[in-house]
Amino acid sequence: MTVMTYIQAVTTALKEEMIRDENVFILGEDVGKKGGVFKATEGLYEQFGEYRVLDTPLSESAIAGVGIGAAMYGKRPVAEMQFADFIMPAVNQIISEAARIRYRSNNDWSCPITIRAPYGGGIHGGLYHSQSVEAIFANQPGLKIVMPSTPYDVKGLLKAAIRDNDPVLFFEHKRAYRLLKEEVPKEDYVLPIGKADIKREGSDVTVITYGLCVHFALQAAEKLQAEGIDTHILDLRTVYPLDKEAIIEAAKKTGKVLLVTEDNLEGSIISEVSAIIAENCLFDLDAPIKRLAGPDVPAMPYAQPMEQFFVIDEDKIEAAIRDLAEF
Amino acid sequence: MSKTHHKSLGLTNDDVIEMYKTMLLARKVDERMWLLNRAGKIPFVISCQGQEAAQVGAAFALDRKHDYVAPYYRDLGVVLAFGMTATDLMLAAFAKAEDPNSGGRQMPSHFGQKKNRILTGSSPVATQVPHAVGVALAAKMESKDFVSFVTLGEGSSNQGDFHEGLNFAGVHKLPVITMVENNGYAISVPLEKQLACKSVADRGIGYGMPGISVDGHDPLAVYEVVKEARERAISGEGPTLIEALTTRFTAHSSDDDDRQYRDLTELEKAKQRDPIITFANYLKNEEVLTEEELNKIESEINDEVNKATDYAENAPFADPDHALKYVYEE
Ligand SMILES: Cc1ncc(C[n+]2csc(CCOP(=O)(O)OP(=O)(O)O)c2C)c(N)n1
Ligand SMILES: [Mg+2]
Repeated sequence: MTVMTYIQAVTTALKEEMIRDENVFILGEDVGKKGGVFKATEGLYEQFGEYRVLDTPLSESAIAGVGIGAAMYGKRPVAEMQFADFIMPAVNQIISEAARIRYRSNNDWSCPITIRAPYGGGIHGGLYHSQSVEAIFANQPGLKIVMPSTPYDVKGLLKAAIRDNDPVLFFEHKRAYRLLKEEVPKEDYVLPIGKADIKREGSDVTVITYGLCVHFALQAAEKLQAEGIDTHILDLRTVYPLDKEAIIEAAKKTGKVLLVTEDNLEGSIISEVSAIIAENCLFDLDAPIKRLAGPDVPAMPYAQPMEQFFVIDEDKIEAAIRDLAEF
Repeated sequence: MSKTHHKSLGLTNDDVIEMYKTMLLARKVDERMWLLNRAGKIPFVISCQGQEAAQVGAAFALDRKHDYVAPYYRDLGVVLAFGMTATDLMLAAFAKAEDPNSGGRQMPSHFGQKKNRILTGSSPVATQVPHAVGVALAAKMESKDFVSFVTLGEGSSNQGDFHEGLNFAGVHKLPVITMVENNGYAISVPLEKQLACKSVADRGIGYGMPGISVDGHDPLAVYEVVKEARERAISGEGPTLIEALTTRFTAHSSDDDDRQYRDLTELEKAKQRDPIITFANYLKNEEVLTEEELNKIESEINDEVNKATDYAENAPFADPDHALKYVYEE
């Protein structure tokens, strides 16, 4: 075991996978000499050389598209989008190409690419350095979307993403990079993509969420424990395709469900989670499903008070759980 | 008529006969698809007609056992040269289960066949450009002696992916050859409303690569420039942009009527330079083939197309619920 931050877990997973399989390579903006704007690829250029940690032109559609071509050939590209917000020029490559390559070729070709991108707000990033973009991709069969909440999960899931034979979008919360630290095994391990994880057992209220919101939910749960409210927390980990079984089970467990995302509310991941629960748990619910999300404005404003208004934090989750518990 | 003699390019008589046969097969398969479409048997056709010389000339300049191609929808000539068969193409036209491109999932002419290193393609134009660059990047990373070859139309050269892909290839000096088949129209919109520069080849300079225009009606001329581009690529000198000047002999597709927007006398004039006819004449003049031999080739190809059509028409569709398969690895 070593204590590792969330971003160190990213770097460790990348490094170990590059050692394990020489087909694994990284491409993106500033990933080489600089080691990435967040330093996720720090030291890898020195260790693996220019062509395995490739500084690309400022050109997102090419980063995705060239990666897709290399993946079809048999490489294992890990493409970095500098910020999730800047994945937009690559959406055609990701949705029209990566997601459909296996299907459209009737299983003849495949596209084992991993696309990493830092997402999320609360870091004074304004509209274009704070966004959650997962919902854009979350109705595209062929894609998998992983959004880990802890350093331990980052290491195991990023390795799984790189080894996966289909395209995986791997969204890392940029605020979690240095905020979250924990013990992570030194050994090689992978965690299953497509499986949610219970982060806390409880019996009064179920919180289903993912990414950095898991951390806030855990903090809120600790506080509420003192008041005698026992919170169950399910971390989706993979937000597409969803782990329906785990969602249904978690909802049934307490009969009171709070769904949390820091994305805008309408059409978000938790909207789909809500539909799954509504379809499957009618007689198990003791309160209406409650959703806590960002407001339906285009994105997170820059000024601190407006940013704070937008973001999800421990207090907002705490209040929402209490409401449900008292229902 | 070819200005360059095939022997001066290192091509044997057998090579040029094979080129001719491939061009003719592409044409005949294409013509048959139109008949089938007009007879209501297949829903859609998009044509190679008029562009076969560029496609086959280029493909024969490649290493057809090792190079990768990312063709666009008109490239019947390229995929036939890379090992796809008339039967494969007819299976795609009829959308049958055995279609190696997609098992009937995609519209015809959305090519792909892994065993022949034909990358799977989609409908949004130019997305294949970065893919070919990615394959070329892999070649460079592994120090392997193959190149990738990608084609598209001149209208499609306005897409961002053309720019992003070629710039990437230029920066990293990757072994990729891009051939734009400039037929003067993007559906109905003529060249001068698509490009502000005179020729697509002019765009090469912006990507730090040679841009070469070539007569796309002449398979030997195209062969020569692609051959040179391949040698540059293999020797580490990087990518090349080639513009093959061609003519689209048909409407854009079976759903288009080009009389609305196109001067058909101009088209009739271009048809006098039909590459199938001019190349046949070349082969006769050079005494590579006699009239009788040419006739024999034509009748053999007709038989091949007949057989392919019959086979595909009678082949089964995939089961409806096959639609559920292969979203992810199974
Ligand atoms: C991104 C995108 N926009 C529009 C279309 C519809 N479309 C299909 S082919 C075509 C014209 C392409 O012209 P060009 O690139 O010159 O190729 P050509 O068909 O002439 O060979 C258009 C507009 C498309 N397939 N993809
Ligand atoms: Mg055109």
